[in-house]
Amino acid sequence: MKLKNNSVRLCLLAGFLWLGPPQAMAATPSASMLANTCAGCHGTGGVSNGPATPTIAGVSEEYFVDVMKAYQSGDRRSTIMGRIAKGYTEEEIKLLAKHFSSLKFQPASQKADPKLAKKGAKLHDKYCEKCHADGGTSTEDDAGILAGQWRPYLKYTLSDFLAGKSEMPKKMRKRLKKLHKKKGDAGIQALLEFYASRK
Amino acid sequence: MSDISRRKFIKTTGAAALAATTLGYSSFAIGGAKRKVVIVGGGIGGATAARYIKMMDAAIDVTLIEANKVYHTCFMSNEVIGGERSIDSIRFGYDGLKKAGVKVVHDWVTAIDPDKREVKTRGGHRFPYDRCIVSPGIDFRWETIEGYDAKVAERVPHAWKAGSQTVTLRKQLEAMRDGGTVIIAPPPNPFRCPPGPYERTSLIAAYLKKHKPKSKIIVLDPKDKFSKFGLFTEGWKRHYGYGTDNSMIEWISGSQGGRVEAFDAATMTVQADVEAFKGDVVNIIPAQKAGKIAFDAGLVNDKGWCPIDGKTFESTIHKNIHVIGDASVASPLPKSGYAANSEAKVAAAAVVALLHGDPAPQPSWVNTCYSIIHPGEGISVAMVYAWQNGKIVKVKGAGGLTPKEFDAEMRAREEAYAHSWFRNITKDVFG
Repeated sequence: MKLKNNSVRLCLLAGFLWLGPPQAMAATPSASMLANTCAGCHGTGGVSNGPATPTIAGVSEEYFVDVMKAYQSGDRRSTIMGRIAKGYTEEEIKLLAKHFSSLKFQPASQKADPKLAKKGAKLHDKYCEKCHADGGTSTEDDAGILAGQWRPYLKYTLSDFLAGKSEMPKKMRKRLKKLHKKKGDAGIQALLEFYASRK
Repeated sequence: MSDISRRKFIKTTGAAALAATTLGYSSFAIGGAKRKVVIVGGGIGGATAARYIKMMDAAIDVTLIEANKVYHTCFMSNEVIGGERSIDSIRFGYDGLKKAGVKVVHDWVTAIDPDKREVKTRGGHRFPYDRCIVSPGIDFRWETIEGYDAKVAERVPHAWKAGSQTVTLRKQLEAMRDGGTVIIAPPPNPFRCPPGPYERTSLIAAYLKKHKPKSKIIVLDPKDKFSKFGLFTEGWKRHYGYGTDNSMIEWISGSQGGRVEAFDAATMTVQADVEAFKGDVVNIIPAQKAGKIAFDAGLVNDKGWCPIDGKTFESTIHKNIHVIGDASVASPLPKSGYAANSEAKVAAAAVVALLHGDPAPQPSWVNTCYSIIHPGEGISVAMVYAWQNGKIVKVKGAGGLTPKEFDAEMRAREEAYAHSWFRNITKDVFG
């Protein structure tokens, strides 16, 4: 068949492209299918049994997406999450975000020094409460959940923020640096004890 | 409605809708009769599949048949051998599965009849199924090393199925004199837990360096390279002088004559390709194949492993039987605990969908393998896998190894995450 009309040819070509072999693209797995693969490290339903991997159940959708993207780009320092985050498309990350945000956060069962925790509570109120509301339990304004999160994870994350190895929001940088300047590592330690003490 | 509360509203209602759609099926039985799934083998693959089928559809009747009352995880068993962990901490029972509604039967499966759809046990029981999931684990090719068999292995352990042999090997290391020689003989590919023999070498070396520093480890390997090669050897250089004349670890590769041909238990002599080596403690890990039930049920190919359709893990030999874990041919997924757990969930989702007359869902897998190089120092390899063009493929740009540049703080974190992984995966598997 000889096609005289270029536009017909173009349409057919476009049609061919449109119907073209879809094999290169894989279908997107369901949210639960994707999420099930996280349980090995983050616990069944995203509730971590510790002692270091964070619980991801109950975090806000936006927070989840932001953090995964920061792992992909390297803006957030990690041991292994950078390597794993790169395995997911934006659509898949959104599905995961929706899934884990629908699950309930459960505070970690870990010991904490009550005296230090009391000091930390004051520091939290002064420096952190404005964004990490309700004693660090709130996910509003897409804050990460701090209260009841596993302490080693929070410690790694905070130390990476302070060392400039992970990027943090501008407001947070100002406040965290101020806290560290005034209270030093002991202040950070007290803050961690406060979050660890929250049930 | 303020912005935040609107978002909260959407989130809450969205969550309810999500819960209804992703938690799987309602508890209405399909077409009246209760669908039956029989799971053979209560290791990582089998136990995970049982729990997840129950989570996806509580109405399905799930029976798990396992010969042993307890399971010892192979992962972290090298820490028991190195003296960093107790055997109790890697022992798990089946109460969690029972609580999840799984019927647990302790019996030995002797046959699976794919036509009658029936599993038979040594105890004389028959278990009919609509779909069967087999997680056979591994067995050994004893014929590959003359003089080494299941009986000899009771005294000279392979310790490649964790349990009593793990303890035996630990006790032998404790009893060994300072200045003794430990021989470790890793298997040829493919085998369970590719980095395992080298983690074991590392943790035995850590123990010896601290308690018996005049001792030596000789690794007799049929291969010229192994998993995480660069990371392990870098760690060995830093801790044990690897590569120098004074190295505690000597690794003899296949091309250097490392392949083991025979073993003489009376003189504790290992005959390798070129030379014979005498050991005070000998740990031979023989070549492997799928577990016995896979052979008895006719699920293996000519290489002794089980071919499957990667989307559902259904056997390509027998319909309605799915094979998961180390025994399955699921490359590029490795023969690891994490992969078995991931495969089990894919198989569980496929089985549940197929029992409902739905197509099997699009799968997704992850593997993460941690190894401890030295107490306080972990390394890892990770990968995300997808189903593309009828194949399991590695997702481009994802995964990979711990960076090779040594960073003490990050290696310490990896060890903490390795221990977290252990606690989380074992809870995910056994409840």
